[in-house]
Amino acid sequence: MVITSDDWSAIRLTLALAGVVTALLLVLGTPIAWWLAHSKSRWRGPISALITLPLVLPPTVLGFYLLIAMGSNGPLGHLTQALGLGVLPFHFSGLVVASVLYSMPFVVQPIRNSFEAAGKRPLEVAACLHAQPLDAFFRVGLPLARPGLLIGGILGFAHTLGEFGVVLMIGGNIPGETRVLSMQIYNHVEALEYSQAHWLAGGLLLSSFLVLMAIYVYDPKRRMF
Amino acid sequence: MCTTRSGECSEMIRANFELVFPGFVLQAALEVPASGVTAIFGPSGCGKSTLLRCFAGLERAASGHLQINGDTWQDDSRDIFLPTHRRLLGFVFQEPSLFSHLNVRRNLEFGYNRTPSGQRKITWERIVELLDVGPLLHRMPDRLSGGEKQRVAIARAVLAAPKLLLMDEPLAALDAERKREILPFLHQLQKELSIPVLYVSHQVEEVTQLADHLVLLRAGRVVASGPLAPMLARLDLPIAQDEDAGVAIETRVTARDERHHLVRLDFAGGEVYVARESLILGQAVRLRIQARDVSLALSEHHDSSILNRFPATVVEVAPASNPANAIVRLDAGGTALLARVTQRSLEQLQIGVGSKVWAQVKAVALMQ
Repeated sequence: MVITSDDWSAIRLTLALAGVVTALLLVLGTPIAWWLAHSKSRWRGPISALITLPLVLPPTVLGFYLLIAMGSNGPLGHLTQALGLGVLPFHFSGLVVASVLYSMPFVVQPIRNSFEAAGKRPLEVAACLHAQPLDAFFRVGLPLARPGLLIGGILGFAHTLGEFGVVLMIGGNIPGETRVLSMQIYNHVEALEYSQAHWLAGGLLLSSFLVLMAIYVYDPKRRMF
Repeated sequence: MCTTRSGECSEMIRANFELVFPGFVLQAALEVPASGVTAIFGPSGCGKSTLLRCFAGLERAASGHLQINGDTWQDDSRDIFLPTHRRLLGFVFQEPSLFSHLNVRRNLEFGYNRTPSGQRKITWERIVELLDVGPLLHRMPDRLSGGEKQRVAIARAVLAAPKLLLMDEPLAALDAERKREILPFLHQLQKELSIPVLYVSHQVEEVTQLADHLVLLRAGRVVASGPLAPMLARLDLPIAQDEDAGVAIETRVTARDERHHLVRLDFAGGEVYVARESLILGQAVRLRIQARDVSLALSEHHDSSILNRFPATVVEVAPASNPANAIVRLDAGGTALLARVTQRSLEQLQIGVGSKVWAQVKAVALMQ
């Protein structure tokens, strides 16, 4: 086995990052998806576009702006410093913030699709059966969107696992703090340690494939986007 | 029956909604008894469903007023708008709309558990029995037939102890056989529950089956409203032009003709014989006689195979939507009948208002 303790540290860090980001995205993304599915506001279009932006934007561009925004002179930086949190770039927490934004569309879109597929009718029925809006959301809206929540969670997790560009821009390459798996692979390749790169890259490839296969086996007719 | 001190009728449902959609305006004012079944009848697109959704608060009329038995659910002049979940209503949609993630029992419990027990007038067991959903309790909705689903949906609505039951063409998605399967349940329900029902439909037959009161809606406005039988017999209303136009007659079983397997039903103005031996003496039965099944003759035809013949007077004649036909309103000893005959026959027989004729009834449908 050629996997070193540095590699394991990168793997642990990556899994922790993906786990935290996925949990945050499910909590934040679900109300956003709900709003996008049901709102008639004129802001729906612009907000949709904003959330989908990371799908088409080069990660370096997103990373660059986040670096500036979260830096000591950026608006987010001012905020975090005022809260006594210091500045986020080159810290795990900076990666979390960046990854939440970067993986947002992968989580919001499937959940939104599920809410839209279920439609308004079940909620109207719930209201007619004396369920208050929040009650209806938790007992009817959310359970009916379960496939979307599951797929959104899986996609968000898998996507965060493989993140590189954004991390490079705002996280650097600090062992145990921001050196994630994709970064570690890059380091191995730079050092011409191809066999170690193979182990990590192959592992990532296999796990990504298994995740996607699980989704399609679970729901063969699934269209992700 | 104005019982409150303020002089407001408490035994009434009063509504007035104004709602503007692109290309459509609902401007409906109605006042109907808070008992029995009130059918809201009209062609598709006339605003029936929207009107019902306004009753439920699912659609918010820009300006509206709604009072059920003296309880105000909406009054925009006083800024009152009770949200749907606080209105004691039941809503049965055209599609059964069961919660697909819950089994039948959980579906039924959903509204039941959210209803204060003091509101319940009839037990869980009785409703489950009435709608015969007991055997379905452990099934998931996707394992039910269309008729079963709708029975569950009706039971679910009723178990939430509504003070008003709203039904939006609940049978429209079912084939004729399933419809016949559900109608008796609706009858029985109505008999036992005494909840006022607003029933949206575009089928004269369904309306004649179920309704006590009729509201006619056209292009978002109430054209006419009143007790069922007189409304069905009016020639000035669009319902008389319906392909299935006809009258409803309340009768009672008075005799049985065992030899011929017939029963005799009496009504003000005559008697009819029908082949339905299951009827019992004294039973009240609503009949429906369609205009297309009534023909006219100047004398009584003893040599005809038509069993049911009544002497009648022509009260009114109106052109039918098909220019070859006319609709004739008859008075048979106090009971109104409609006949759809050709203009040519009227001319040849010289039948006009005041003519004494014999109405020959080819078919009588029992509504129960």
